[in-house]
Amino acid sequence: MAQAQAQAHGTPAVPDNGIAPAAAHGGIAVEINGEHFAHTGDPQMPLLWYLRDVLWLTGTKYGGAHGGSGADLVLVNGKLVSAITQPMAKLAGKSITTVEGLAADDGTLHPLQQAFIDEDAIGCGYCTPGWLMAGFDLLKRKPQPSDADINQLPNSCRCGCQTRVRAAIKRAAAGKVGQA
Amino acid sequence: MSANPSNGIGLSRRRFLQILAGTAGALVIGVRFAEAGEPSLPQEWLGNDFHDLGAYVRIDSDGNVLIGARDPDTGTGVATALPMIVADELDADWNRVSVVPLGLGVETGDNGRPRWTYGHQRGGTGDSVPAAWADLRHAGALARWLLTQAAARRLGIAADRLHCEAGTVIAPDGRRVTYGSLVDDASKIDLPQQPPAPKSPDRYTLIGKPVGDANAHAIVTGQAKYAIDHNEAEALVAVLLHCPWPDGTLASVDPAPALAVKGVAKVLQLKPDPSQSRGFTVIAPAVAVLAENTWAALEGRDKLKVVWKPGAGAAESSAALEQQAAALLDDKSTAAPTTRVRDEGDVEKAAKHAASRLDATYYQPWLAHACAEPMNCLARIDKDKASLVVPTQAPQQAWAVVQRLTGLAPDQIEIRVPRVGGGYGRRLDHDYVAEAVLLAKAVNKPVRLLWTRSEDFTNDYYRPASVHRISATLDRKRNVVAWNQRIASASALAGRGVPADRLWNSEVSADQLPAGLVPNFRSDWYAQESSLPRGPHRAMPHLANAFAAESFIDEIAHQLREDPLQTRLRLLGEPRNIALKNGGMLDTGRLRNVLQLVADRIGWKSWLRSVNGLGIACWYMDGAYVAHAIETSLQNDKLGIERVVCAVDVGRVINPLGLEGQVAGATLDALSTALNLAITVKDGQVQQHDWKSYPLASMALLPNSVETIVVPDDGRPPTGASFLAMPTVAPALANSVFRVSAVRVRRLPLLKEFQRLL
Repeated sequence: MAQAQAQAHGTPAVPDNGIAPAAAHGGIAVEINGEHFAHTGDPQMPLLWYLRDVLWLTGTKYGGAHGGSGADLVLVNGKLVSAITQPMAKLAGKSITTVEGLAADDGTLHPLQQAFIDEDAIGCGYCTPGWLMAGFDLLKRKPQPSDADINQLPNSCRCGCQTRVRAAIKRAAAGKVGQA
Repeated sequence: MSANPSNGIGLSRRRFLQILAGTAGALVIGVRFAEAGEPSLPQEWLGNDFHDLGAYVRIDSDGNVLIGARDPDTGTGVATALPMIVADELDADWNRVSVVPLGLGVETGDNGRPRWTYGHQRGGTGDSVPAAWADLRHAGALARWLLTQAAARRLGIAADRLHCEAGTVIAPDGRRVTYGSLVDDASKIDLPQQPPAPKSPDRYTLIGKPVGDANAHAIVTGQAKYAIDHNEAEALVAVLLHCPWPDGTLASVDPAPALAVKGVAKVLQLKPDPSQSRGFTVIAPAVAVLAENTWAALEGRDKLKVVWKPGAGAAESSAALEQQAAALLDDKSTAAPTTRVRDEGDVEKAAKHAASRLDATYYQPWLAHACAEPMNCLARIDKDKASLVVPTQAPQQAWAVVQRLTGLAPDQIEIRVPRVGGGYGRRLDHDYVAEAVLLAKAVNKPVRLLWTRSEDFTNDYYRPASVHRISATLDRKRNVVAWNQRIASASALAGRGVPADRLWNSEVSADQLPAGLVPNFRSDWYAQESSLPRGPHRAMPHLANAFAAESFIDEIAHQLREDPLQTRLRLLGEPRNIALKNGGMLDTGRLRNVLQLVADRIGWKSWLRSVNGLGIACWYMDGAYVAHAIETSLQNDKLGIERVVCAVDVGRVINPLGLEGQVAGATLDALSTALNLAITVKDGQVQQHDWKSYPLASMALLPNSVETIVVPDDGRPPTGASFLAMPTVAPALANSVFRVSAVRVRRLPLLKEFQRLL
């Protein structure tokens, strides 16, 4: 109780064991897939390079200077955005989900991930994380998406996995994942 | 470029089956290509590090099976199909199989030359599965033989009375011994004098069954590491600015503003080596910015002050090249062809006695490879060791580039090849590997080279544009009696050490349809010059040639007022084998079959009265047969692709699910390409820099499904299928568009031309 009050006032309680918490490092605090990080580098660094170069969290792929192909889609506070368009300075206190954060903590796949496996909706697989993020976002907004809804996905794919991605999204929407 | 399987390294060499007794408690089996009398085994076979695993099969005492995939998987599914072939011969339990990509297998052989220890190592060239069929089966068969021998000794039953099933040896009395428990014993058994025979096909349990991508779980969880995802703690990131003119030079560079950016470590220059063929050296002069992270490198690059000096190609434009090609092919032109590729009968004489004649000209643009994963490479060059992670389709060629630039011995060069984010022929060239090696040597640190998307679009080995002029002569019985095709293009083989009289090879196939079907047939190629780098591209040269030939056959049908399916079937004639110039046979029966299959599925009977347009096309390529039927609609001048049907006949199918994916994928890629894509050149510079200017088709533009029909054919060996479904898409689409709109599109990309003609 005392500890909770102390935190509410912004002064961390000093535990009895005499070990004081380290002073705050500063930087830009972000939450990524439920974990807390602080970016202390160039505030203008886009989220994409923070994820890939600083955290070595490489599921989010580089697609192009403006995103474009959708390979670098992530969720920022639940909104689907291209990670390369998001300077870290804009993200203080924000909660970010990447493809690595889609599965449950125990490793259970999100139904859409399982549906991608069921439909073999994978070409070279490079753009797959982006399709998953966009599909995840779509299913959240529209649990039963129409073909026209699916047509709005911003991703592109040279391997031509679009028909299988469509089938995977429909399979996930129908709750038929993990079945042949 | 479609590859010639007979070029496959190793087919002419002696094959060795090898076993390594398990110091690590495992049975390790490999097929090894070596000259006779070279018994040494790679040390890596002993290793537990998956990346160093130098074998095809490893069975652990717990029953888990590890199978190495030797050919790079660029999305073609070979990392699933090849291990399936091994696993079936082994009677492994697929649920307990893990697949690991094998790096380059190289040893130092006689006179310091490289010896490739895994045989074939190339991906996306259509020959992975045929090559594996020829050798990998034996690795699985040997492992099964050894395990069965071990079980026979343990159970006291003759080996020929035992059979294997899902990782278990089973005796007639029902006793079962798991592979895992046999590993120790099996590894002590002497190798047989003769390689054990592979299974008879009726005993396949995995081959021919649908199997999902072996790396799917890693991919959907974001754990799959592509080359671009590899890193080393002390590595510098290098981003480049290439000269906008491929043949230009660097006039001056002021690195100071770039070096002032926090985190930027170095600014270096790169130059092509003129003594090297295209694809083996830096693609164009470049300035590299090396920094602690990608963002700093990009910031530094933005601040560079660079002045480039144009080369002779600065005056070049794709529009002028096309005009030049059209002039070469003009009926009044007296220009002689560079190569008369094929000439049968007498096309001129036939034309004189013709009942009617038809001519048309088709135009096809330059194309980029547009790989999802841009060019990149992680290179660490030490004094006695080079370690690279390379997104390549041809690790042995990547090795050659590294070897030349480092002078290291063959086995001092380690090349790892993880899953590759698309290839389409781009990664048969290794200019980006040369760049990474040169930079790593210069800074004496590992370098992580990354091409930005714009660099990737503007520094490609493009599929050359081409103009095709075809003339046909018809007799009174409405038969095509003469076919004269002339093609002008800048060969993709130029600058690659290929003699002038072979430059046509990348531009036209001597056997392409309707060669062999028309009594008087001529195929001429006219060479053009261009400063733009060109190179192998998916389904080259069929992609361009099928569009012209299969569109033209539709135009013939229209002139004859005949159903274009009937025109094709008449042209193909009775089922028979026609000998090909490149060896092999064209079976017209198999081609008729795929045509008929797509026609039946799409409901061709309604061709004449359908409100929507139905179009069809068929093609033959490298031993495989393909046909497409496409239905399009037109509403308020807007084209819609309503249905797409594809039939393929590839001989034996290893993985039907993988094949379906390849067929659907290639179909959609070809649609996307035909509808929208073109590289254009102005003032010697490529105009497309991003996905906006080179717009892959959106989901809305593409059909909701691709209906795929696979001809069951277990009597023939498998053929490659990764780009088989490319060539017939554009002609079937254009033929369908003609039916729905009466507009004949003879120029790609189709949508722009369609709007212009409408």
